[in-house]
Amino acid sequence: MGTMAQQIDKKKQDTLDARLVRKPISTSSPSAAANEESPLPTGAEAVAATPKMSTRKLNVFYDDKQALINVDLDIRKNKVTALIGPSGCGKSTFLRCLNRMNDTIEGCRVTGKVTLDGQDIYEKSLDVVELRAEIGMVFQKPNPFPKSIYENVAYGPRIHGLAKNRAELDEIVMTSLERAGLLKEVQDRLQEPGTSLSGGQQQRLCIARAIAVSPEVILMDEPCSSLDPIATARIEELMDELRRKYTIVIVTHAMQQAARVSQYTAFFHLGEVVEVGDTATIFTSPKDERTQGYITGRFG
Amino acid sequence: MTDAAAKTKIMVISARSLRRARVEKRFYIYCISAVFIAIAFLVFLLSSIALNGYTSIVQTHLRLDIVYDEAVFEHNGSRSEDFLMRSDYNALIRKSLMTKFPNVEGRKDLRRLFALVSEKARFKLRSAVEENPDLIGSTGSIWVPVSGDVDMLMKGYMRRDVPEDARRLDNQQISWIDLLTSENLIEKKFNTAFFTNADSRSPEIAGIWGAVVGSFYTMIVTLLFAFPIGLMTGIYLQEFATKNRWARLVEININNLAAVPSIVFGLLGLAAFLNFGGLPRSAPLVGGMTLALMTLPTIIIATRASLLSIPPSIREAARGVGASETQVMLHHVLPPAIPGILTGTIIGMARALGETAPLLMIGMVAFIADVPQSITDPSTALPVQIFLWADSPERSFVERTAAATLVLLVFLITMNGLAIYLRKRFERRW
Repeated sequence: MGTMAQQIDKKKQDTLDARLVRKPISTSSPSAAANEESPLPTGAEAVAATPKMSTRKLNVFYDDKQALINVDLDIRKNKVTALIGPSGCGKSTFLRCLNRMNDTIEGCRVTGKVTLDGQDIYEKSLDVVELRAEIGMVFQKPNPFPKSIYENVAYGPRIHGLAKNRAELDEIVMTSLERAGLLKEVQDRLQEPGTSLSGGQQQRLCIARAIAVSPEVILMDEPCSSLDPIATARIEELMDELRRKYTIVIVTHAMQQAARVSQYTAFFHLGEVVEVGDTATIFTSPKDERTQGYITGRFG
Repeated sequence: MTDAAAKTKIMVISARSLRRARVEKRFYIYCISAVFIAIAFLVFLLSSIALNGYTSIVQTHLRLDIVYDEAVFEHNGSRSEDFLMRSDYNALIRKSLMTKFPNVEGRKDLRRLFALVSEKARFKLRSAVEENPDLIGSTGSIWVPVSGDVDMLMKGYMRRDVPEDARRLDNQQISWIDLLTSENLIEKKFNTAFFTNADSRSPEIAGIWGAVVGSFYTMIVTLLFAFPIGLMTGIYLQEFATKNRWARLVEININNLAAVPSIVFGLLGLAAFLNFGGLPRSAPLVGGMTLALMTLPTIIIATRASLLSIPPSIREAARGVGASETQVMLHHVLPPAIPGILTGTIIGMARALGETAPLLMIGMVAFIADVPQSITDPSTALPVQIFLWADSPERSFVERTAAATLVLLVFLITMNGLAIYLRKRFERRW
């Protein structure tokens, strides 16, 4: 039995290595871009750079249980930051702090500082509705509204008053579907219910819905976990294109995915950020033993 | 494992599985018998009501040849303003019967003869004359309802073989009836009066229309009060209220209210609306408000359950694109929850429609012979009408009680059917 697991581990590691090796060949690939920049400093030392978002001493409690412990993390502009770690390590909680989705959870308490372009998003005067127009979100399970494809995308711009008239709204919907790589597949059936699409299409519809309000940051909570490999590949390609315009934070369980799509990776463990750095470094020469253990599949 | 051991194991298992199969079979039989017993009760109940009530569809009528004598319509040689109202139509009927049976003499015998015709038959003549004033001075024949006793005889509920003094019609009256029947002057006709009249002391012309209208007004009031208040309360409790000790207390109390006996709501209505509020007695307005109190918990619970059944992922999706909590509720949670809320409301209303006890407390049990014109007119309601008729001594009211029950059941089944249709039609799969 033991030998089998080792074999699987080795195979995993091999594919991982292969990916990492293959990546730098193309100049537009994320890893190549990451290599051109200095690695993200860990922890509090990251202040020097000007991140899109950053958290300082972020603590989250669910009633008495502490889910995040003093998390200091910077999210770089126009980069994909992957959050990895075993189940229950707090990465989803962290993601949901970035657009205050935790506000609606009973018994959830957040302390510390989260900033977007230097502004504290937990300030009392800040309108959470405006914040979420700046920070979009894509969820684990595709969750289109039970409305038409058009209405799914048009809803956000409509409630925020982003379109003056029908023509502008049409324009926003088309552009968003185009950017989400869905337009070709759905342009003849915009009035059909969004729930009639396949899983992968639904998830891209959700991405279109998120980018329709022109956010600065898109948070993705395991966006591919309920999709097949082909749909997953499409979403991953999409992320690479989207990061030119948006800053992306993605939570993922698939380490290959983190390696493929992200430039920066943060490893969470038991509510703490164990290690953060550029993806290539994290995956090839992690400093921390726990990171090493996790990415080689020894636990988690 | 040795062969012997394996064999023992198989034997143990198969013995056990035989026993298990027997137990499961027995359990299945219990379930099936329960279903059959329930169905048998239902069939018995419905068929006994239907058998008692179906004869109400027709009503026995007698054809009278009436001489519309001008003298009857004139007082002191001239017709007064309201002569149509004041004229003695009974005299016309009596005269017609006396012409038909010239041999009958003496006050006592004549009274027994006149008793064959409904004492309210004069209204039939009056409306005939109102419709066609030219009748005055001419002769014509008209079908009038017979008395309740004759109706019962014709429908076979009164048996001829019982001793004369134990019957409500004596031998001579029956012989008159037989004579009229042989001349084809007695016939059963469709009972329009039952569906268009209000209540009456005379069963042969008593109808349910007054009660139907009263119930309709009552339900309108109930809906207008209970639905908006129940919906808003449900939405607040489910979507906006912070789940603290106070909210839990409110929730428990609402659940308890749904189980409070309805007569208690009647007492509350009596105390609050009649004694304190000074609203009119016996009116659909008060009945509706009282029933609204009773229906409120049902609607609140249905609203909360429907809202709760909307998957949280939809709320998250809406919040994710920046919808405020109210927008999340109004745009994404409430619309798919509406069919469920309506279903609950209709079921609550159906229960209110069949409710009697609270209405008794606020005086809707009064005898009302007029069809109510507004929600403040004295009125009765369908279930109360059934209660009143069931309480009446005349045999004719028995079939009317059953017929009114059938009408009420039709309304209830229609409402529940509508609820089921709504649920099926708008059911959404996530």
